[in-house]
Amino acid sequence: MNRRDFVGLTGLGATALLLPGLPGFGAQRVDPSRLLEPGADTILKKRLADAALNAAKSAGASYADVRIGRSLNQYVFTREKQVQNIVSTESYGVGIRVLVNGCWGFASTSVVTEASLAATARLAADIAKADRLVMKEPVQLAPQQGYGEVSWRTPIQQSAFEVPVKQKADLLLAANAAALDAGASYINSALFQVNEQKYFASTDGSYIDQDVHRLWPTFNATAVDTKTGKFRSREALSAPVGLGYEYLTPSANEQVYGPQGTDTVGYKLRYDILADAALAGKQAKAKLGMRSVTPGKYDLVLDPGHLGLTIHESVGHPTELDRVLGYEANFAGTSFATLEWKAKNLPYGSPQVNIVADKLQPGAVGTVGYDDEGVKTKEWDIIRAGKLVDYQKIRDQAHIVGQKASDGCCYAQSWEDVQFQRMANISLRPGPAKMSPDEMISKVDKGIYIAGAGSFSIDQQRFNFQFGGQLFFAIEKGKITEPLEDVAYQANTQEFWGACQGSCDQSDYRLFGTFFDGKGQPAQVSSVSHGSATTRFNAVNVINTARKV
Amino acid sequence: MAILSQDEAQALLQKVLTYSTADECAVSLNGRTTGNIRYARNSVSTAGAQDTISLAVESRFGKRAGIATCNEFDEATLRRCVQRAEEIAHLAPESPEYVPLLGPQTYLSPPSAVTTLLTPATRAQAAADSMTLCAAKNLASAGFLDGGVRFQALRNSKGLAAYQQSTNTDFSVTVRTADGRGSGYAIADVTDPAKLNTKVLTQRAADKAIGSVNAKAIEPGKYTVILEPAALMAGDDLSLLGGLLGGLDARSADEGRSFMTKKGGGNRKGEKLFDERVNIYSDPLNAEVPGNAFDNEGLPTQRLSWVEKGIVKNLYYSRFWAEKNKVAPTAYPSGFVMSGGTQSTAELIKGTAKGILVTRLWYIREVDPQTLLYTGLTRDGTFYIENGAIKFPIKNMRFNESPIIMLNNVEAIGRPVRLAGCLVPPLKIRDFTFTSLSDAI
Repeated sequence: MNRRDFVGLTGLGATALLLPGLPGFGAQRVDPSRLLEPGADTILKKRLADAALNAAKSAGASYADVRIGRSLNQYVFTREKQVQNIVSTESYGVGIRVLVNGCWGFASTSVVTEASLAATARLAADIAKADRLVMKEPVQLAPQQGYGEVSWRTPIQQSAFEVPVKQKADLLLAANAAALDAGASYINSALFQVNEQKYFASTDGSYIDQDVHRLWPTFNATAVDTKTGKFRSREALSAPVGLGYEYLTPSANEQVYGPQGTDTVGYKLRYDILADAALAGKQAKAKLGMRSVTPGKYDLVLDPGHLGLTIHESVGHPTELDRVLGYEANFAGTSFATLEWKAKNLPYGSPQVNIVADKLQPGAVGTVGYDDEGVKTKEWDIIRAGKLVDYQKIRDQAHIVGQKASDGCCYAQSWEDVQFQRMANISLRPGPAKMSPDEMISKVDKGIYIAGAGSFSIDQQRFNFQFGGQLFFAIEKGKITEPLEDVAYQANTQEFWGACQGSCDQSDYRLFGTFFDGKGQPAQVSSVSHGSATTRFNAVNVINTARKV
Repeated sequence: MAILSQDEAQALLQKVLTYSTADECAVSLNGRTTGNIRYARNSVSTAGAQDTISLAVESRFGKRAGIATCNEFDEATLRRCVQRAEEIAHLAPESPEYVPLLGPQTYLSPPSAVTTLLTPATRAQAAADSMTLCAAKNLASAGFLDGGVRFQALRNSKGLAAYQQSTNTDFSVTVRTADGRGSGYAIADVTDPAKLNTKVLTQRAADKAIGSVNAKAIEPGKYTVILEPAALMAGDDLSLLGGLLGGLDARSADEGRSFMTKKGGGNRKGEKLFDERVNIYSDPLNAEVPGNAFDNEGLPTQRLSWVEKGIVKNLYYSRFWAEKNKVAPTAYPSGFVMSGGTQSTAELIKGTAKGILVTRLWYIREVDPQTLLYTGLTRDGTFYIENGAIKFPIKNMRFNESPIIMLNNVEAIGRPVRLAGCLVPPLKIRDFTFTSLSDAI
């Protein structure tokens, strides 16, 4: 499978939230059985870490941290009736970050010996010393207590790595068959399984051992009309999750039926890939004959599998403090939500908008116990009743906004890369009153219901955005009337959230997520989830995306 | 350790092959030594170095294949790695898309790698040159410098042997005015760090930042645009030209799920899809953008025309799809060259009665794969042109446009420059579609 096949399969070209490449997927492949072997024990890791920390201190570091990482990933790829590839990767090595004379230095190595780690620590210190030339603002670290020797593990019921590869391939092939039987011409499917074994130690006195698990089953079903040359696709409505293989055990309690007339099903913490694939095959074929949307203003009713992406782009990123301060100006951009903007107490959205950052959320792919600079993770409010109340911060930023502690938002995609600020799970709280999607739609006179994430784009300060979706349905006088195509909506972040009329209740709440939130230079990816219930936004500008070439 | 010589690499691979009992076995080594410095707010933010090497072993028994890797190189580990690859191969299903390993190949010799590389000190100095300039003018710089050396070596039981080193240095900088009302950008990549002048590039970005203050809003609609190379090709994100070229895949076209699909079946290879002045090719021997001599399977790259006088001359054929269609397979190139004229961007501006200069596009995403419709926004320096001169800065805008339509609306093609490992000219395009305004600066 080449890179373009991979991008096409995962919809990365359309659904990655800034794809900077495919780090972590092509490097070192290893046989599946090895993925079950235990890594080095914590006694050995502590000894190695201490060798690095001592070398760093001897080289002049006022602070240092060491991350001994082992990433075990397995990807099963299939298309139609065949297994395309089974890829097992292992990556093992150490990243060392040091603070010397107020400057950061970082170096990594795949040679995991005490001597190599000491040498790598000295190299990191040399880099920090060289950069004294270009330091204007010495780093100020928020104080952090040492936790001693602690551990954390994703609370999974069954590791996906313990499931035989054949069983996983057979499940994907069965999903493919379901989609093909239902009308798809082609289908690609994949199961991504991630296990990050992270050992962190710092001169603060923390020795943190974490075992993180993530899973993502996905597919892309395509229907082709050879006569007209038209083709249409529908992607899986699954979410990447911080769960074990139990996510693939269907449960009626974890299904949420979409509004009447849409034939859509959403999933909470259990996913029925066979049922979703069958619906996808049917819906991809149906897309070949849908009515093209008439552009104009519509009230939008957005399902959580769609809205999560909008939350990510228009709230998650602009409230990252490193963007606000200008650290991402050369690549991922800055933010309209500057410190001055916030000081004016301007509304971010309507009073119905309450958004929370949460690194502890069950089932979310961004959930961990500690971040990559030794900070215990937590939950905190970002937007309360439509007003921005806080940002997302790391240790060397807290003082800039007059705070004394990090929010635990510092992560690296692997031991090879330096840690920096990444997004927490950012979610819209559900409405307090009981309301189903059907009840919400019953009050819409002229609108569109959108399910699933599609094309997306937002400017570098997070004002202007455009989003597509997987499935679109016209709403007229309180009822779903017909499916639509060529739909995208454009809005300004503040106007859009200002037009929020409220959400359905907790019973409709679901997660959207990604493994591939991109940012930074060198670019790194990160995993993050976004929860919400079905939510209504009034009078949003909808464009028609049909073209002739 | 991360960079092995050709002799060292092949000796190691040859030793690994002797441990194999498979019908076919392919082994490869990949290594890199790189370093970087990142700065913002006129101060360094992060800096680092990476040093990695890994071995991959693919073992095949009939149509069954297994892959294992390791990153330690003692004999016991190497033997275990081969053994594990063979165990997986025995367990794997037969692949209906099996093609045998390649035998010995003959490769071109792209211009050799530069041996002088950036060091922590020279990276810091290059960044200092950029930051000092901005600090003196009360401007804020944010930049990134990254570079190093990589190698890849292949060997298999059919007698194939390949080795190549490459070097690269990438630099980009965004300069913003202190009040946040202006922003400018410049980018360059070189194979030889000596050719990089961060001061000159930063000055260019600074000029754009200062010039973009007080941007006016104009109505979205269809405009003549001059797209600078950075607006056409990007290394870190999707890009208009990169997306188009990445879509020239024969299999997806033949299967009916590509913009290259022909109505009624088959693909559109040989059709004139673009303006006849559009010529795009790849050439591993190009002195300015030397390319990979081989792909990951060891298939040799060669000079290949993709678009000639607006006609799609070649599509990418994997070895399986080539065999099925009885055509030659295609080694996917590492870079492209879009031929151009002799005019610089400044000269293109002089010849423009009314139009928009676009420095950079941002967050480009595919809206419709059928028509290759993309959306995205201008960024870091957008200016209105009138009577051959830049008249005033304008607010950024969102576009919805297909590169297929764009390359049919070519007014002029400028002189190509190196960017993201490619040679890309500035393009003057008529009727480029902007659909909304953005307040972003």
